[in-house]
Amino acid sequence: MDRIPILKMGRYLLVTIQVDLLDQTALALQDDLSERIAATAAQGVLIDISALEIVDSFVGRILASISGISAIMGATLVVVGMQPAVAITLVELGLSLDGVRTALDVERGMALLNADGASRSDH
Amino acid sequence: MTTEPTSTDACLDGSMPLSAERDIVACRQLVRKLTQELKFSLVDQTKMITAASELSRNTIVYGQGGVMRWQIVSEGARTGLRLVFEDEGPGIPDIDLALTDGWTSGTGMGIGLSGSRRLVNDFELRTVVGQGTSVTITRWR
Repeated sequence: MDRIPILKMGRYLLVTIQVDLLDQTALALQDDLSERIAATAAQGVLIDISALEIVDSFVGRILASISGISAIMGATLVVVGMQPAVAITLVELGLSLDGVRTALDVERGMALLNADGASRSDH
Repeated sequence: MTTEPTSTDACLDGSMPLSAERDIVACRQLVRKLTQELKFSLVDQTKMITAASELSRNTIVYGQGGVMRWQIVSEGARTGLRLVFEDEGPGIPDIDLALTDGWTSGTGMGIGLSGSRRLVNDFELRTVVGQGTSVTITRWR
């Protein structure tokens, strides 16, 4: 089974999904990310889904679940790059991805994580 | 197994087995190819592929495997893609409940069936407890 690579960039973990996801691959990503967040004490996770041609309820559930796990472990998840057709389809399907933070692209996602980190250090 | 009503104008059809998780990906790829050949808009392609992804997973996970039949159909001036997901699994005891958002008998979010109905133009669900389930969806270009 393919595993999706997780890159570490400073305080953040970066994931780019470039394959048509098998359910098992998506589940493995959830497990791998949890372990990497714990091992690296990452403050943020950025998942780029711009290459994904669809997000169905299974992948949507995994993204929501990764968001919840990250939050509990002290990291912020930002999902970036969702294609407009995918967003339209997701909403019609009935998935709102509640609680999952999103940004249009990697740059804006990084800015969101940096702003999040800055507000943390203020407190 | 019942024979699907065939349109007189039907020019192309086929089928693929749905038995393992990997077949969900193969099903999506086949539906992408068919909707592209039919020159569906990108949004319509995405909707049909997403519906196929949900329904093929249902066939494999809940229906214990089955088959997807596809057919390019025309009605008057319009052309569309019809997909039939068939299994000989346990069937669905309460169709209304199964089509309710948020209801699930398994590990999903419970929007696969109800959600995919919203992604297509025509949706037909036939099920007999103990004998199987067949879901027919059509999306017109």
